[in-house]
Amino acid sequence: MRETSASSASPDSRARSASRPLLDSDLDGFRSLQQLAYECAEAVAATLEPGVTEIEAARAQRDWMRDHGVTDFFHLPFAWFGDRTALRWRNPLRFFPTNRRLTDGMPFILDIAPIRDGFTADIGYASRLGDNEVHQQLLDDLEAHRALILDGVRSRATFRDVYRSVDRLAARQGYDVRHKAYPGAVIAHQVGRVGDSPPRFVLGFGLKGLGLLTRTAAESIPAGWNPLWNGTKLSDHAPPPGLWAVEPHLAFKGVGAKFEEILVVTTDDAFWLDDDLPHVRRWSSTPAVASA
Amino acid sequence: MTRQTVATTDGVSLTVDVHSEDGPTVVLVHGYPDTSRVWDEVVALLVGRFRVVTYDVRGAGDSGVPDSRDGYRFEQLAADLRTVIEAVSPDGRAHVVGHDWGGIQGFEAATMPEMADVMASFTCIGGGSFDHAGRLLYRHLSPSRHPLRGLRAVRKQFTRSWYILGFQLPVLPEAIWNSGLAARIKNLLEAVEPREGHPAETFEQDGINGIELYRANLGRVFRPRRDHVHPPTQVILGDKDPFASVELFEELPELAPNAWLRVVHGGHWLPRTHPGLLANAITELVEHVEHVEGADPAPELERAAVDRHDRDLPFHGKVAVVTGAGNGIGRATAIALAERGADIVVVDLDEAAGNRTATFVRHLGVRAGVHVVDVSDASAMEALAKTVLEEHGAPDIVVNSAGIGITGSFLDTRPGDWERILGVNLWGVIHGGRLFAQQMVDAGRPGHIVNLSSGLGYTPARDLSAYATTKAAVLMLSEVQRNELADHGIGVSAICPGIVDTGITDRTAHVGVDDEEGDRRRRMTSELYRRRSYGPEKVAAAIVDAVLHDRAVVPVTPEARFGRILSRLSPGLNRALARTDILGR
Repeated sequence: MRETSASSASPDSRARSASRPLLDSDLDGFRSLQQLAYECAEAVAATLEPGVTEIEAARAQRDWMRDHGVTDFFHLPFAWFGDRTALRWRNPLRFFPTNRRLTDGMPFILDIAPIRDGFTADIGYASRLGDNEVHQQLLDDLEAHRALILDGVRSRATFRDVYRSVDRLAARQGYDVRHKAYPGAVIAHQVGRVGDSPPRFVLGFGLKGLGLLTRTAAESIPAGWNPLWNGTKLSDHAPPPGLWAVEPHLAFKGVGAKFEEILVVTTDDAFWLDDDLPHVRRWSSTPAVASA
Repeated sequence: MTRQTVATTDGVSLTVDVHSEDGPTVVLVHGYPDTSRVWDEVVALLVGRFRVVTYDVRGAGDSGVPDSRDGYRFEQLAADLRTVIEAVSPDGRAHVVGHDWGGIQGFEAATMPEMADVMASFTCIGGGSFDHAGRLLYRHLSPSRHPLRGLRAVRKQFTRSWYILGFQLPVLPEAIWNSGLAARIKNLLEAVEPREGHPAETFEQDGINGIELYRANLGRVFRPRRDHVHPPTQVILGDKDPFASVELFEELPELAPNAWLRVVHGGHWLPRTHPGLLANAITELVEHVEHVEGADPAPELERAAVDRHDRDLPFHGKVAVVTGAGNGIGRATAIALAERGADIVVVDLDEAAGNRTATFVRHLGVRAGVHVVDVSDASAMEALAKTVLEEHGAPDIVVNSAGIGITGSFLDTRPGDWERILGVNLWGVIHGGRLFAQQMVDAGRPGHIVNLSSGLGYTPARDLSAYATTKAAVLMLSEVQRNELADHGIGVSAICPGIVDTGITDRTAHVGVDDEEGDRRRRMTSELYRRRSYGPEKVAAAIVDAVLHDRAVVPVTPEARFGRILSRLSPGLNRALARTDILGR
């Protein structure tokens, strides 16, 4: 049996299930929730038409999830349209959905993080309305990043080094690395099991998710690893076992794209939780384009 | 040539010369104080292509002189033009070309409904419309505009036209003419080689007669109209023209549905200095109007269209050739130029990388073509230049940024290594400069060439003999090119970036060491460059600045600037620092 344990965290009375070793059956739970989240993104994306606002798209994701039995979220759904997909703003409150309307040729990103039965998922779905040559190039180029990240982690490079190798590849490809605009400039954050208290949110972020990250950080950082994977010294450590929602986000000028999915890190290996995801299926159905 | 005398509507007789009889009719109208002989060189080039007609306007050369000032009014001048066209053109239409006052009166005629079926097209050279001048005045002096900027634009045009105000005074004009203006115009004209027929023998009398042109019509400048220009219209302007500035044509896109604006390197008397260029421009417009449904206009004409691109961008409508555009500084420069409106000719050895740059460039709303060329290959570069000329005409901007790196001690650097790096880093710059500068000169294009040198062009860093030598050569080549090409209005800049994280270190060959050591050094230098974290976008911004402000040598990063200063203040210290062995052994 494969065990992936974030075992440096000690048992916690409010969320005991969060810290026990993860079993294959747990992975099934994460996997099926991640599948559901991508289904939601695809279903909502299919309904997006010119004139829809980000707020409407975010609400549509929440409604779809509620119709499928999910009422709690790691964070409330996001939607970014047009040049907002490049996350170029100073005011961090611009992160949240606005009244920006979708028009033809616009890229968009949906980001959903449901919680169900103590399992969490956090996915990012990038697509567009109509034609946009640069956006297509971006979607194609993300494939190399998915491979690079997995290879880096499997070779046991430090998280900071993997982070930097993504920076370098993006620069070679001609992009800006936009996950630097995320809180903590993270390329990934840890996810895991959470308890079943009622949903509560602060500024769109669920208390359960914040609690999980805070509790983990309180114990992991003294132990030498960071539940927020970024380019700082705190992330200069070998890959810690656990589940990581990895979200490389790239942009050229006002056109941005990302994917987000769970990477499973074990004590000596790593694998993507699920390869049957929309972006992976699209890459495998079209021949890889030359990278930079 | 056949000469005839045509009596016009008010009885003044005009002397008209028909130089050839083939094809569409082209009527050339001279300016003040010239005669039809100013066109001799242009006529010689157009003969055989068209039915070429010139005439002396009233008050000039061999034509008659009206007895009152009213005889010089725009309406009468247009009636003269119409009379001439009807006398010489089998189908009653003509392509009108006006220089100086020929352009001023041509613009006026082009707005008259009764001339719409007579003027098939209009080419204005070194002239403009009084309406446009007047509207420029009102537009820029209105309080809603930024007052200083407005004054600048107005001053720029009206310091070129000071004399026309003086001409409004009753007696003074003759005095002005006799005292200063004639001499000034003669001075300007002397920059143009005098020849038989130009300036005309009647120069003195023409000068005084023609003052009436201003007196009869200048009121228009103060009561400008906003009339539409009917025929397809192209304006050709010298960038050093002391009488007309490009600001005059700000409203052209709105007033003329079909308009082109070409700025060439030259002064006011383009018919004398640039006859070949004018003959080609006239031919392109005539052929565009005469033929061709669906056929594309000549590339030079197409680029000059005033409705193309965003006019607020500094490089709108311009074409830039960027070598090594698939990566690093080349790509960043292609993107920076495209953001400012330029179409980009992407040149790279790596087709996939070139296509990627082109994708980004097109996203910015301009055009991009990809050419897979080894810049060190003379014949491949010649083929590239030929293709660019056919597709776009001469480029406005050429950025020679393709380059490779080699490190290793001088004794370990083999002849093959030298040939490879000299080929790309030096010969590439030579070919790019030579071929495209020639095109710019031929097209009268006031263009710009940017060569990528390096901070190592003046820093004798050990283990970089080959690279630094090529970059020092590029620096000197740029300086010499700059001195020579200035005569043609072409600027040349050498860019010395310094330590910039472009990816060149990942591809640098390390000679004289085994593969493992080479890899180690590649990793080390890449890490050094990464830590320096100075991106190619900043170099691209420096290149844009160098083009806009015609800078000679541009060290970019602080260390490049420091090295440049040090190499001059204390070559000994510079040498000592450059001896440091940063790669370790």
